[in-house]
Amino acid sequence: MAFSALTEKYSGKMGTLTFGSGDQAITVGGQAAMPFCTFDGEIPNKPIVAMEVYDVVDPEWPAAVVDPFKDVINDPIAWAKKNIDEYGAKAICLQLASTDPNGENKSADYAAELVSKMIEAISVPLVVWGSGNVEKDAEVLSKICEVNEGKNLLIGPAVEENYKKIAAACLGYGHNVVSQSPIDVNMAKQMNILISNLGLPMDKIIMEPSTGALGYGVEYSYSVMERISLAALAQNDEKMQCPITNDLGKECWKAREVKLTEEEEPAFGPDLEKRGVLWEAITGFDMLLAGSNLLIMRNPKAVKLVEECIDELLA
Amino acid sequence: MGLTGIQIFKLLPKTNCKECGSPTCLAFAMALAGGKAELDKCPYVSDEAKATLSEASAPPIRGVVIGTGDKAKKVGEELVFYRHEKTFLNPTAIACLVTDAMDDAEVDAKIDNLNNVQFERVGLTLEADLLAVRCVSGDAGKFEALVKKALGATEKGLIIMADDFAALEAGAKAASGKGALLYAATADNCDQVAALAKETGASVVAKGASIEEVADFTGKIVSGGVKDIVIDAGARDIKSMFYNDNQIRRAALKAKNRDLGFPTIDLVCDMTDDPYKEAMLASLAIAKYGAIVVMSDIDKERMLPLFVQRLNIYTDPQRPMVMDEGIYEINKPGPDSPVIITTNFALTYFIVAAEIEASRVPTWLLIMDVEGMSVLTAWSAGKFVADAMAPFVVKSGIRDKINHNKIIIPGYVAQISGEFQEELGSDWEVVIGTREASDIPAFLKAL
Ligand code: SF4
Repeated sequence: MAFSALTEKYSGKMGTLTFGSGDQAITVGGQAAMPFCTFDGEIPNKPIVAMEVYDVVDPEWPAAVVDPFKDVINDPIAWAKKNIDEYGAKAICLQLASTDPNGENKSADYAAELVSKMIEAISVPLVVWGSGNVEKDAEVLSKICEVNEGKNLLIGPAVEENYKKIAAACLGYGHNVVSQSPIDVNMAKQMNILISNLGLPMDKIIMEPSTGALGYGVEYSYSVMERISLAALAQNDEKMQCPITNDLGKECWKAREVKLTEEEEPAFGPDLEKRGVLWEAITGFDMLLAGSNLLIMRNPKAVKLVEECIDELLA
Repeated sequence: MGLTGIQIFKLLPKTNCKECGSPTCLAFAMALAGGKAELDKCPYVSDEAKATLSEASAPPIRGVVIGTGDKAKKVGEELVFYRHEKTFLNPTAIACLVTDAMDDAEVDAKIDNLNNVQFERVGLTLEADLLAVRCVSGDAGKFEALVKKALGATEKGLIIMADDFAALEAGAKAASGKGALLYAATADNCDQVAALAKETGASVVAKGASIEEVADFTGKIVSGGVKDIVIDAGARDIKSMFYNDNQIRRAALKAKNRDLGFPTIDLVCDMTDDPYKEAMLASLAIAKYGAIVVMSDIDKERMLPLFVQRLNIYTDPQRPMVMDEGIYEINKPGPDSPVIITTNFALTYFIVAAEIEASRVPTWLLIMDVEGMSVLTAWSAGKFVADAMAPFVVKSGIRDKINHNKIIIPGYVAQISGEFQEELGSDWEVVIGTREASDIPAFLKAL
């Protein structure tokens, strides 16, 4: 039987989301095909990698994480600039770890001002990520929205317990929201419905289905995302047609496979950088293959590997 | 896969004699289609119908076994595109390349890595599977010597690769009876290579510049008596590799194209010289339908993420990975170290263990068998509850290892603390831990 190429035509397509302002704005999503299946339908926007900067770093971070940023690691703005100028970052994600009440517990005002300074200083779109503390994020992120009105930031994570305040602030002050749900297709959909019921249009919402690194639940994220993508495309489920993002840098770099030295675990091998870079790059690639539109990553070498794959697969 | 009930019905005698146990031939046909009956039950079915039915029930992608004995590796037989539909069955085989242009030391080092780089995880040994031995010298004698050396140096299956037929023949004969995979049969030499494979008990890679080209001659190899075929449709870059693996699986599963119903091989070693890039290509093969991936080396730092990725992607989504019940020692705990209890869902274990490890606080981690459920699921299923946990804690023998009486439970089941305390009695003090694993280091340090 001779070969003839088979294509999949879907009735639905993923929505888009645009963040950042002016000619720096970036649009993600909009695909009418499963990841990289350009032979099936249009993939108008390449997936994007946003490179992380932290406003405070964990002293336990392995050298492979710290080394590329050694000179700027205590200055998030300089770090962001280095990511852009030296490592070619297309977007920046500011991780507001310092606002965590279990850590430095920095104030919402501090965070809002830092975000303003960051917007001034950088030439690419900005993602702002809270510490993950539900109550504090509600306070900090909504303040950031207010102080930086109209800057069309991407702000998150909004979860079931705090989405009202965060999404309302995004709506009121002209930003986009990250809708985070606990590795479950129905919960992801439910969050989109809840947030859009507040009045935020679907093209201002991006889903974060909870991201597991290799060895730490990557397969759950992977399958949830494939199911979301199929619901959006094949079933034309409008409430599933928000693009997807994955906050994976922090998940990857805390894996023991990345952190343990050869002395501690001889089976893992001496080259910690290689291990760590590939742990992050392969996790990121898996997320892309499952339907991610926006990856949040840390190591420049890992980012480059992933971006090369994106460029070549979509060439 | 398979035929519909109506298609099967057309092949049956239609006498409704009931001897099969079904009231009618049609009912029997429906039962067959649903996998609820065996064809043998009908004594009157013709040989021709039997052949048609068994052909139709063969897996749409053939399973191919490479190597012999304990280390034999099966690839293919996949039935779906997405792992949530049904488990991916036979994990991508990872092969290491050696050539007859390498010196002995290099060959030895690579084979040594192939044999010895392995990791233990969830009770499994993660390791690479095959040795690809390639002739680049064009010298059949030299190549044969390398194949012989390889046979003596590893128990893993061999891929014997030579463009020159004389060299391929020499290598194949040296590995006769070892279940090797011969690389490759092409449109020009497929009859000859099929005969060689048949003679030496080998399987064959059908290699062409495109899927079209390969589809044209796999049938000839089958007619030559070799059904165990693997496809190389010529991809030498990431985009065409993705396209080929995707389209070959579609042809097999959707179009039921028997000429393409075979596993695929991705020669990522020929696509880049950069070891990092090669690992990315291998990770693509693992996720998106490559059955065999040939790499330039099996080094620890690249294999750890790739093996774990492969394990994760090929895990049964319906059956969670589990840890053995028992006491796990983290950061070398002593008598005064804290005790934490959680469930044997492997993901829970890995996340909790990683956080404890990161805290550097020596800790005893008690893992309780709740059939691989997470903490909350196990609690709501009545498995991670006080009257089940207390006997486990007592039986575990943890008390003999410590000089205190505190046991820390996950914050998500704070509600059971009173009852758990009652069940354990005044011997123990139940302490409520954190809800999120990420808060464990701060919690442990503050104890
Ligand atoms: S035994 Fe065969 S012929 Fe008789 S009813 Fe069953 S299927 Fe029909």
